[in-house]
Amino acid sequence: MYAWIWHRLPGPWPVRTLLGLVLLLLVVVVLFTLVFPAVSGWLPIDRVTLTPTTGAG
Amino acid sequence: MSRGARIGSVTEVLRASGSGTRSISHDPVGPVRRAIGLLGEVLITSGVLILLFVVYQLFWTNVTADQAAAAQTSRIEAQWAAGGPAASGVAAGGSAAVPPIGSGVGLMFIPRLGDRWVEPVLQGVSLTDLAQGVGHYPQTALPGQVGNFAIAGHRATHGQPFAYLDQLVPGDKVYVETRASWYTYVVDRMQIVLPTDVGVILPVPGQPGVAPSGRLITLTTCNPRWGSWQRLIWFGHLVSVTSKADSPPPAAVAWAGNTS
Repeated sequence: MYAWIWHRLPGPWPVRTLLGLVLLLLVVVVLFTLVFPAVSGWLPIDRVTLTPTTGAG
Repeated sequence: MSRGARIGSVTEVLRASGSGTRSISHDPVGPVRRAIGLLGEVLITSGVLILLFVVYQLFWTNVTADQAAAAQTSRIEAQWAAGGPAASGVAAGGSAAVPPIGSGVGLMFIPRLGDRWVEPVLQGVSLTDLAQGVGHYPQTALPGQVGNFAIAGHRATHGQPFAYLDQLVPGDKVYVETRASWYTYVVDRMQIVLPTDVGVILPVPGQPGVAPSGRLITLTTCNPRWGSWQRLIWFGHLVSVTSKADSPPPAAVAWAGNTS
């Protein structure tokens, strides 16, 4: 998987390393801004309110 | 050694050179080893993903929530300065329109939780509201109103304003600042209840249908801190209201004396 990506990055190894890091950063940004906030709401520690049913709050 | 050798001699060649079979293959790694390698990459990736999520939840949500709370605090103060509608609180005995969801109800100060502990009180208790301060249960009384001023806040992550709410002591003050007034509440007793025990935020806690006469406050958060199967509740009551126009802020929160 990672070898496959590595072989498809253009340029000599310093360029590939840089591009790889940029890709990694991009993935982390997407995770922190889109994926994790959506998942976070499902965690039980987010439930701090009182509700007639045991839903999120 | 070339594979182009005559078929008749192939077996002899293979037999002759022990490592012959391996050097023939173009793929240095067999399909099984390849699959194991891929599985390893997937497992390592999952581990890193979970670690990143832990970093997000335990650290990053606090960073963003603290920024959002500071922005909300500034927004509310700016609205007060501009004489806008972020009035919320009411004079004793009066009534006020219910603020729209997400708007600022006021600022809350609890010195026991920190010398500079301040949180914006937002109307509503959705996760969006609670990630920017503490939330006011929309159907409950506003600061100073007869009834129960009920507040929810995160105990862990998302700014965790109520992380140490269990360390309050009966008699501790909770100050609420609105555009015109300072409301001083005192907490009386703590209780651990089930998440479905909505009676604690009733106008008269635990007594449905009873008309309120007191001006109460209820603080709610999750319990235990990293769990959710209970709620930690503080009950309190109003002890004084001072007009910001006539008198300085209460001494414990004098540092907050911003907009007059």
